[in-house]
Amino acid sequence: MKNVLSLLLCGALFGVGLVLSGMTLPSKIFGFLDVTGRWDPSLAFVMLGAIAVHAPLAWLARRRERPLLGPSFELVRFTRIDGRLVLGSALFGVGWGLGGYCPGPALVALGSLGVEPLVLVLGMLVGVAAFYLRQARRRERTGPLASLVTGDA
Amino acid sequence: MSLDLENFEPLRAALGGALIGLSASWLLFAHGRIAGISGILAGLVEPRSTSRAERTWFLLGLLLVGLVGAQVFAAQFGAEFAPSGRRSLGALLVAGLLVGYGTRLGNGCTSGHGVCGLSRFSQRSLVAVVTFMLTAGLTVFVIGRFFGGSV
Repeated sequence: MKNVLSLLLCGALFGVGLVLSGMTLPSKIFGFLDVTGRWDPSLAFVMLGAIAVHAPLAWLARRRERPLLGPSFELVRFTRIDGRLVLGSALFGVGWGLGGYCPGPALVALGSLGVEPLVLVLGMLVGVAAFYLRQARRRERTGPLASLVTGDA
Repeated sequence: MSLDLENFEPLRAALGGALIGLSASWLLFAHGRIAGISGILAGLVEPRSTSRAERTWFLLGLLLVGLVGAQVFAAQFGAEFAPSGRRSLGALLVAGLLVGYGTRLGNGCTSGHGVCGLSRFSQRSLVAVVTFMLTAGLTVFVIGRFFGGSV
């Protein structure tokens, strides 16, 4: 129960931050990304504000043996800078500029029960499923050792 | 290039960002989890996923804000949650596919790489952030230049 309440409130806090900052407004996103037009640099300050708070607190958190309510800290599984990272990030960027939603704001907007965010989130889930399907097929073809080489977790 | 000073709200943006940072810190302190929304969501879809309940509760919190926000602040937020006629449903579907597939291939989005990754000075996340900012900007530029701003 304590866990559930904490997770719900934590998600809600994240959502309030997204709404307050303007990340849930596609018009604001387009204004920020439109560097060659009439540029609205506001959203750069979202990232700055978030990092200013999270960088010191995350450093403190990682010095603990274990989290307050959970068994262990999630490990950062990937460390390599490779084509997969760049291609994936590039595709994500095109999707963000095309739709005006990154994943968090898309979910907040979905809560508002609009058709537009619903369509985008459905597409997102299909995209995620397609990735895992392709990964499973590839693993079948090449055997379990190949995933060690490619770094797929 | 010109600056859009009418809509420039750095303080409000930074305050919202600070709340996002606070939430990400809480998730790490209390639950040991990295607040990458694309990763948390994907864990619901991934066949070998653990901790589905944990992920669901966090994401429900996000959804709840949209639900309550749209009711209580309908005038301010309701209509603007949508791209207000500048994007067709087909474009949004393709956008969603790209966001879903791309964030799994690149292992993160604006929150995972942009907030959590940069907060631990990860070079990998810096490469990801620079890359998606560039392609997102380029996409908006192309839509503005060749499609009259809506697609």
